Amino acid sequence: MTKIRKFMKSFGWPRIIIGLFLLSLFIIAPFVGVNLGTSLSDTLIRFGMNSVLVLAMVPMIHSGCGLNFGLPLGIIAGLLGGTLSIQFGFTGGLSFLMAIILATPFGLLFGWGYGSLLNRVKGGEMMIATYVGFSSVAFMCMMWLILPYNHPTMIWGYAGSGLRTTISTEGFYLHTLNNFLQIQIGEKLIIPTGMILFFALMAFLVWAFLHTKTGTAMTAVGSNPVFARASGINIDRTRTLSVMMSTWLGAIGILVYQQSFGFIQLYMGPFYMALPAVSAILIGGASVNKASITNVVIGTLFFQGILTMTPSVMNSIIHTDMSEVIRIVVSNGMILYALTRKSEVSR
Amino acid sequence: MKSSGAPLLEMRNISKDFYGNQVLADINFAIQPGEILGLVGENGAGKTTLVKILFGMEEIHQTGGYGGEVFLNGKRVRYTTPFDALADGIGMVHQEFSLLPDFTASENILLNREPKNRTLVSEVFGDRLDRIDRKEMRERSQRAIAKLGVDLDGEMLVSEMPVGYKQFTEIARELSKDEIKLLVLDEPTAVLTEREADILLSAMRNLAAEGIAIIFISHRLQEVIDVCDTVMVMRDGVIVQNVPSTDLTIHEVAKWMVGREVGQKIVDRNFSYEEKPVILSLKNLWVDMPGETVKDVSLDIYKGEILGIGGLAGQGKLGIPNGAMGLFPAGGEVIFEGETIPLNQPRQFLNAGMAFVSEDRRGVGLLLDEPLDWNIAFTAMQIQDKYLKKLLGGLISWRNEKEIEAVARKYIEALDIKCTGTKQITKELSGGNQQKICLGKAFAVEPKLLFVSEPTRGIDIGAKSLVLDTIRHYNEELGVTIVMISSELEELRSVCDRIAIITNGKVAGILPPKTDAAHFGVLMVGGSPLEEERRDERD
Repeated sequence: MTKIRKFMKSFGWPRIIIGLFLLSLFIIAPFVGVNLGTSLSDTLIRFGMNSVLVLAMVPMIHSGCGLNFGLPLGIIAGLLGGTLSIQFGFTGGLSFLMAIILATPFGLLFGWGYGSLLNRVKGGEMMIATYVGFSSVAFMCMMWLILPYNHPTMIWGYAGSGLRTTISTEGFYLHTLNNFLQIQIGEKLIIPTGMILFFALMAFLVWAFLHTKTGTAMTAVGSNPVFARASGINIDRTRTLSVMMSTWLGAIGILVYQQSFGFIQLYMGPFYMALPAVSAILIGGASVNKASITNVVIGTLFFQGILTMTPSVMNSIIHTDMSEVIRIVVSNGMILYALTRKSEVSR
Repeated sequence: MKSSGAPLLEMRNISKDFYGNQVLADINFAIQPGEILGLVGENGAGKTTLVKILFGMEEIHQTGGYGGEVFLNGKRVRYTTPFDALADGIGMVHQEFSLLPDFTASENILLNREPKNRTLVSEVFGDRLDRIDRKEMRERSQRAIAKLGVDLDGEMLVSEMPVGYKQFTEIARELSKDEIKLLVLDEPTAVLTEREADILLSAMRNLAAEGIAIIFISHRLQEVIDVCDTVMVMRDGVIVQNVPSTDLTIHEVAKWMVGREVGQKIVDRNFSYEEKPVILSLKNLWVDMPGETVKDVSLDIYKGEILGIGGLAGQGKLGIPNGAMGLFPAGGEVIFEGETIPLNQPRQFLNAGMAFVSEDRRGVGLLLDEPLDWNIAFTAMQIQDKYLKKLLGGLISWRNEKEIEAVARKYIEALDIKCTGTKQITKELSGGNQQKICLGKAFAVEPKLLFVSEPTRGIDIGAKSLVLDTIRHYNEELGVTIVMISSELEELRSVCDRIAIITNGKVAGILPPKTDAAHFGVLMVGGSPLEEERRDERD
């Protein structure tokens, strides 16, 4: 009994309640005519799509830079990688690999600049990060038009120049990961093994990094920067490294998202990507300067699970098509809830 | 000056403890109307707590109240808020100025007690809209200033005043209350120039002549002896002397302040540092540490010794290790084993083989949210690549949890740290155990020279002696040079081979621990011990 109570305490009441709610949705689903297999598949696919983006929160939280509201910057690096890979004529699985490789230098470069900026605004990172995200999106709105892309699948047909708002990944890296080792059970239940394995690989890399000497230093910087400084750690360099990692993970995250979603969304696409990821990790139990891989997994599963299940179940109950409205209400409601849960650890 | 008869204020058997830590015990004293009582004592002797009890400050009640009784004019009083004390005619002038800088002197003096005229508007909307009677206000504030006997323009803005005038304004504010009977001045002369201090002292005499009793808290012993009728010396929460000031010498008072003649344990080893090589030499070190500025310190530290650095709070003793390590902007030269250590780079300091146990345990010393084994192992891991496994041919330095646990266990045992295990979160531990973890962290680095700053601050007596013994053993068994900074002179005298006293950001003198405690006291308050000695001989 004490063991259960201890587990409940460490797991946290919010997560127990959200978990029970999600479970009840799955139980209700078959009775209102929602296919359980489809629901499970949808939840798993959405989990795979978003999990790397949520993982991109972890390094910055560890180094005390707060929640990565500047995620759009990383996403832009990923968009550059994806579009360049198509531009250079890579197709199929190779285009996904090349997209990652091409996105990497942008991710690291943007991350370095973003990190240097955050080092100048210690204490106000999250507000600055939000506007770094917003302004980079606005800047890229211009650049997408100006940059000399000319691959016919990507540019406006009537003008012959400038990238379209959405670009299909079909023929390039659509479902590269989803289809890898995909398991199909019955007619409806599909498990996107490859995508989940890819997340596992990324999560392992982050986990492993946090177990190295540098990773330990990063955690210490986030936990008490003065202590870290008194132990000879270069705080600014450690923070910059964490921001570079977060930005790179954001770039990889959006590529994973696109290969499953089927489209590259440019222009205002990255604008609202940060909040769901921030909310997911907060729902998973992270605080502003403490986060673990478990927080990422639980948070993404709960957030995306509820986002998938609530509209379809509610729709079936009230027999009108309100799914989009419900989806917006639920997703913003959860963001609101998560941000009120934002807690800082003691100093 | 002193009138006999019923005392104005009497305190009987006052005692106070903070969570079992006795800070005041058995305080008995009385003060007559028109008497000036000098209250002196080292930092932490209990002066401030005593004043707080008198005023009924909130923190006294939040921590369980106090024992004993306070009588004002023979009537038993027990204030629960400072307002009650103020209403009964007890005034207080704080060390920190509590003035509004953009208001004039007279506005500050009569703040919230302004003379007012009723107007038509205020008849309708209530007295918050009364008009201030400027003329009356000027007169009343001038009267208060005149009582002080200083030349201060009531229309002067506080922000444009020299420091001394701000102090006068504060005192005038207390004097403007007609019912004022007792005035508490907490180190009023600390910020004043000599001339200003003289004016203040003569003003105090004027006030006393008018029958106002004054409790004067100061570190400037000569002033205390000059101006006070009675001198009360506190040490470790008790009154050790309460005597008339006539024929007192600084030397005597200083001795009472610091000395613990009975049962004191002075270092009994003979360490002749003169024959040892210099391991660390500080040359013209200055450190910009807020509240602990170091101006110009040159010190040679010999291999294998325990050097104590003492002095009153705010004089700069804490700035020395913090500056040498590079946690605060510093300049000058730090030469360790013949090599110049670059300043303002903690890494270089650590790489050279030195370590620092900070006085700010929770802020600098610990990762409060991490398990204690991390706290102990972290610095050694980062600086010396200890407790790491090399993977992929040295490309990856993996944390070796087993070794980290082993080293944590080692120091938990050696330092007798009370905890539930190596994974306990550090903030859950008590202050004494946290201090031991800080020591363990420094020992894990195996430094050649260790700075220990205020090692016993805020921990109970049992833990204190263990911490001091540990430091001592560490020095004796491993030959580590130790520089120990402490506000408690007795602690330094029981451990150190030499004690340097820092006053006003400079080394006031270095004395062996067996020197008469009074000499240390004189150094702390800015005098020269040799002069004192000569004076003694003349006496």
